[in-house]
Amino acid sequence: MTAVVSQRPKPSGFRISKKVLPYVLSLPALLVCIGILIPFLTSVVYSFQRYRLSQPWARQFNWGDNYISFFTDPKFWNTLKVSLLYAGTTVVLELLLGLAIALLLQKRSTLNNFISIMLLMPLMTAPALAALMWKLMTNPGFGVLSYLASLIGLQDFRWASSPSTALFTVVLVDIWVYTPFIMILLLAGLRSLPTQPFEAAALDGVPRSFVFFRITLPMLTPYILTATLFRLLDSIQQFDIIYAMTQGGPGDTLTVFQVEAYLNFFQSTNVGRSAALMIILWAITYFLSNIFIKNWLRLRERARGQA
Amino acid sequence: MEHTSLLERILRGVALTLVVIFFMFPILWIFMMSFQTNETILRIPPQLIFEPTLANYTALITGKLMTAAGTLDIAFMRNLWNSVFLSVTSVAVSLLLGVPAAYAFARHKFRGSEDIAFTLLSFKFAPALLVLLPLTLYFQKLGLANTYFGLIWVYQLICLPLILWIVRGYFEDIPADIEYAYRIGGHSWFATFRKIALPLAGPGIAAAGLLAFIFAWNNFVFALVLASADKQPVTVGALAFITSSGIQYGQISAAIVLSITPTLALALYAQRYLVEGLSLGAVKG
Repeated sequence: MTAVVSQRPKPSGFRISKKVLPYVLSLPALLVCIGILIPFLTSVVYSFQRYRLSQPWARQFNWGDNYISFFTDPKFWNTLKVSLLYAGTTVVLELLLGLAIALLLQKRSTLNNFISIMLLMPLMTAPALAALMWKLMTNPGFGVLSYLASLIGLQDFRWASSPSTALFTVVLVDIWVYTPFIMILLLAGLRSLPTQPFEAAALDGVPRSFVFFRITLPMLTPYILTATLFRLLDSIQQFDIIYAMTQGGPGDTLTVFQVEAYLNFFQSTNVGRSAALMIILWAITYFLSNIFIKNWLRLRERARGQA
Repeated sequence: MEHTSLLERILRGVALTLVVIFFMFPILWIFMMSFQTNETILRIPPQLIFEPTLANYTALITGKLMTAAGTLDIAFMRNLWNSVFLSVTSVAVSLLLGVPAAYAFARHKFRGSEDIAFTLLSFKFAPALLVLLPLTLYFQKLGLANTYFGLIWVYQLICLPLILWIVRGYFEDIPADIEYAYRIGGHSWFATFRKIALPLAGPGIAAAGLLAFIFAWNNFVFALVLASADKQPVTVGALAFITSSGIQYGQISAAIVLSITPTLALALYAQRYLVEGLSLGAVKG
């Protein structure tokens, strides 16, 4: 027996005990991230301080004052309202549009596959650059969309520079960039559904609206939930598109959470208020991401099971 | 689907055409604008037929713009180089840190492994500015403000969770028995990792790297907050264009085209893996 063992080549290199190995492997990644956890804790501290970069001498703890003042601060309520409105509108419209496009492309054919790949291009465009593209197209002087708007009777349609249409314009850009995300996830979901229920329904001559609402939608629900929550988490934190398009303007029409925090920090140098805003946004995303992760894990296990 | 009526087929065709127009038109239009002079761009109604010119691209690539008022310097190539350097280095660092960690999470269910993996995942969903704003103050004290090192470190927030969770899925797909068999042959865990696990997960690692590159390239807010002009990538640099005087719309369009071409090309190349990557491994394409 011993002879057999000694014939094996000896494991080369230094030995690490089996217990320690996983920690050693994941340690570098962790260390990098710990460096990032520290500023997170700093944000919590800042949010309980009166802290303005322009008046460093007046820096002191004011405990909950930053948060309490939000209750009577119309600017804060505006931020909350615009953020929720933006996130709600973009996610609902993108979901409806994405689902419709996925259904249109459901059948595997060369043309459908080609179109679905082409539609990925907006998603792969940097959102800040996408906003810049739409800014050029909606320029009042030469923008092709301004021209097209004037053709259908909307003379002097001012897109992002008018308070009444600014939200519409940034939502449009968001839809342009992110609808393909929902589309591609739902398309993958649709194509992975088992075929038997559909064949059975076709044999029985079940009406197609019934098939859609009673078979397709329920089976697609985990995909819809994951895609929706993914987008919701992203959309409530939207910064790139709005900042690149209008910098939160005109006025405070589009001061969503991250834009407002950015402006508070760099323009009014009110670090305390900016940090408190970010903590509130973090609380919202934390709540959403907990729901999200449950759904996401379920889908992930299913995907791994199929492999 | 074989029983669809003619009317329905027409409606589907019309709907698909509208969808393709909506999503493709902006890219096409900016592409066309990039080959036009200011004179043709400003013409109303907008022209579909024009004499294409490469002048915008020449101005960007040489960095010199001849105007009536004199020669203007454009630093766009610098931005483009910054984008390439920041994205490539960040992804390389992420792969170096993330692939061993992903292997550990996939193969060894050690104490706290799920918690750590989820903590890393949660970075992807936390508001960027929550971390970035205090970080600007720290970076100024540490001398990391406006350095490539500092930026690459922060870019790990984008790349690392992505690589960790996608690659972890690929490692989990490899049957553990293959690795056991190799280890029984007397090979060390490292040899097993290098000779068996890495090659088998290779395509997944490559795809995760490409996706991380796309996300790093497309990032805007990190560099906006932490970098000044000489370290800025294209996303921030191109935006500064629109406010700088003397630059023409054709050049902005050409800059956009040059900035989005790399990610679009990579996306087409890696499209097979996009679904899995975008959903962090939850949906297989």
